[in-house]
Amino acid sequence: MVALLSRRLLQLIPTVFFVSVIIFLLQQLLPGDPALVMAGEDRDPEVIAQIRRMYRLDQPLPIQYLYWIKGVIVGDLGESMRLKVPVSDLVLEKLPVTLQLATMAIIVALAIGVTAGVLSAVKRDSWIDYVVNVLSLCGISTPNFWLGIMLILLFSVQLGWLPASGYVSPFENLGQSLLTTIMPAFVLGNALAGVLMRHTRAAMLQAMDSDYVRTAKAKGLSNTAIIVKHALRNALTPIITLGALEFGTLLSGAVLTEQIFTIPGFGKLIVDAVFNRDYAVVQGVVLVTATTYILLNLLADIGYILADPRLRK
Amino acid sequence: MKSVARFAIAALALSASVAAAGAQTTLRIGLAEDPDVLDPTLARTYVGRIVFASICDKLFDIDEKLNVVPQLALSSDISADGKQVTIKLRPGVKFHDGEAFDAEAAKYSLDRHMTMQGSFRKPELSAVDKVEVVDPLTIRLVLKAPFSPLIAQLTDRAGMMVSPKAAKDMGDKFGQKPVCAGPYKFVERVQQDRIVVEKFADYWDKGNIHIDRITYTPIPDSTVRLANLRAGQLDMLERPLATDIKDIRANPRLKVGSALELGYQGMTINVGKGDAAKVFADKRIREALALAIDRKSINDVVFNGEFVPGNQWVNPQHPYYQQNTPVPPRDLARAKKLIADAGVKTPIAIHFMVPNNPETRQVAEVIQAMTAEAGFDMKIRVTEFATSLNEAEAGRFQAYMLAWSGRTDPDGNIYSFARTGQPLNYGAYSDAEVDAALDAARVKTTLEDRKAIYGKITPKLIAEGGVVYLYHRRIIIPYTEKLEGYRQMPDGLIRVVGLKFKS
Repeated sequence: MVALLSRRLLQLIPTVFFVSVIIFLLQQLLPGDPALVMAGEDRDPEVIAQIRRMYRLDQPLPIQYLYWIKGVIVGDLGESMRLKVPVSDLVLEKLPVTLQLATMAIIVALAIGVTAGVLSAVKRDSWIDYVVNVLSLCGISTPNFWLGIMLILLFSVQLGWLPASGYVSPFENLGQSLLTTIMPAFVLGNALAGVLMRHTRAAMLQAMDSDYVRTAKAKGLSNTAIIVKHALRNALTPIITLGALEFGTLLSGAVLTEQIFTIPGFGKLIVDAVFNRDYAVVQGVVLVTATTYILLNLLADIGYILADPRLRK
Repeated sequence: MKSVARFAIAALALSASVAAAGAQTTLRIGLAEDPDVLDPTLARTYVGRIVFASICDKLFDIDEKLNVVPQLALSSDISADGKQVTIKLRPGVKFHDGEAFDAEAAKYSLDRHMTMQGSFRKPELSAVDKVEVVDPLTIRLVLKAPFSPLIAQLTDRAGMMVSPKAAKDMGDKFGQKPVCAGPYKFVERVQQDRIVVEKFADYWDKGNIHIDRITYTPIPDSTVRLANLRAGQLDMLERPLATDIKDIRANPRLKVGSALELGYQGMTINVGKGDAAKVFADKRIREALALAIDRKSINDVVFNGEFVPGNQWVNPQHPYYQQNTPVPPRDLARAKKLIADAGVKTPIAIHFMVPNNPETRQVAEVIQAMTAEAGFDMKIRVTEFATSLNEAEAGRFQAYMLAWSGRTDPDGNIYSFARTGQPLNYGAYSDAEVDAALDAARVKTTLEDRKAIYGKITPKLIAEGGVVYLYHRRIIIPYTEKLEGYRQMPDGLIRVVGLKFKS
């Protein structure tokens, strides 16, 4: 077990290195010169030259990369050109926000998606099944930004129940924090719920047709016991895998939703950084999320190994 | 039992009213973007200037009519040869950290603007050779050559004074906790979320500060920003969509501050940079393009008539606007004749670069339709803004929709765009007479003299210059009707001195 774990951890090093090279190079493909963007409206040639010198933009790419990676190894992700703040500070500031939103969104998605999926599988080919199917299709195909603006107009402007945008930390005021994040979490969760519902339905249908469910029925178990204890339990595996993957995606920031609800998470940070060609921020944030994703993947693998003794060999 | 309940209610009501009287007042302002670094020397965005308006006072300010008025300075005096400017400072002024503002501090701030690494103020103060302390409340700027727009520069970031002690301690991290001499002092900032400032008890004009705290919240989506104001989550915002202005005016719970912008919206024409310049190298084609455009219709169709059509680098209400060359009507017949005279085959294909934003795109489409009637085929290339700057530098465009935010002095709206070899002259326009006039206007100091010089080159620049001026936006600042004392200056910034909530 220990040997396996250390082998997997060692494999991480080349992966992260490779990712860092790709992040660095992809960003260079962006058209637009950061010095020109940073030079403000006046774009004075002297100022532009000075910015190039200060941020080593006048040096060859491999040298720029080495400077960056040298910092990264000792935990220094560089400094934002636009804000003159260390990138690691920005990442630490945004991470809890994105984590909270992602967690709430995945809870919404699971609550709606799994319930609806089970319902439509159990009531297969009935009107309930059709309605749930249509609703899930709507959920998948509704654009986030549209739903977001509609919710704001209804709940904030018309009814005045919820704040239209902004963010309050749960450590500051838990109630207020939930009020500010419930709409964006719903918007994000809604889109995922449709996908989850589809997968739940398929997995449940398969389970309901299986021998062990037939056996359970023959034993005369109640319907609820059959669905919850036998069918759903076995159908959960693909749902958990999908949920974990989607959670990883949510962590990289929900760009549009964060923009509309003004949630200061990774998504907003990275959009601003890309438009301002703030290279250090883009590189830092993408590297952190990519590494987190890889680590989550590793954790999932370990989880499988723990769950399934056959994989321990 | 009943009486107990009554007593409880009365007590509650009383405590509530006491709380209301003692409650802190907070002004919540919605911004269209997240500001950049809050260091007056290193800052470069318009939205950052809105925040500076509450934390960093300047030597001078402007009023509604664009007159220069005192702020941290009391007066300025230019020597006869125009090469020395003596500035008297306001006594009794303190920075947020309690340090006194005096001639040494003023010299330190100006020197910092001129010498700090990465300073964006350097070009703005390039005319200044050195700053001298005359006495504790007087400084003298010694210039390399006479430069009349200088005082106007000191009404903006170049005139902002920072506490020398804090600036020395924090170095290039000063922007994380700026210490200036404005009406509000910096409290905290969470990137992309909020900037909080609170009333500065020792402000030199503290009698006019009525609100305890201000929170600036960046909300990039215009619809959401307005929804926040309507829902009472914000008290004020900047840059609503032009198409929302009608609704805002009709809303009885909102009031509107309004002024015509100092800048302009226009189309930069490539007249001399690279192969792309060939088409417009012939002046007649440039003039034909301008004549084919109906500026009034653009304003009516895209902006509900809210903005003001323009044909010069300053707006028609500006003191420097040349009234004898008003906005010309569309003249399709003459446009067609000019093209025929030039002997160019129609349709004339034009690579029309348009930054990606919905309003600019609509204007471009209207221009495309209008100029098609004269024989142009404007091929719109929607380009992300940062990329468009590179394309413009490289001369890979024939027409480029480009806006200028504007400067207090007219020199700031024309010199860098029309003078040969200047950085913002993307289309490489070059004309000896124009160059000479632009230089001359920098030396003269009175409005009459300078306006007369600009007057001589205005017709030429309108007919064949490198920019086709189209319209001037109206700055609209909607705010809750509970707020009073708001005055809108033409630079579009939100000044907070004198603002208060109705009691």
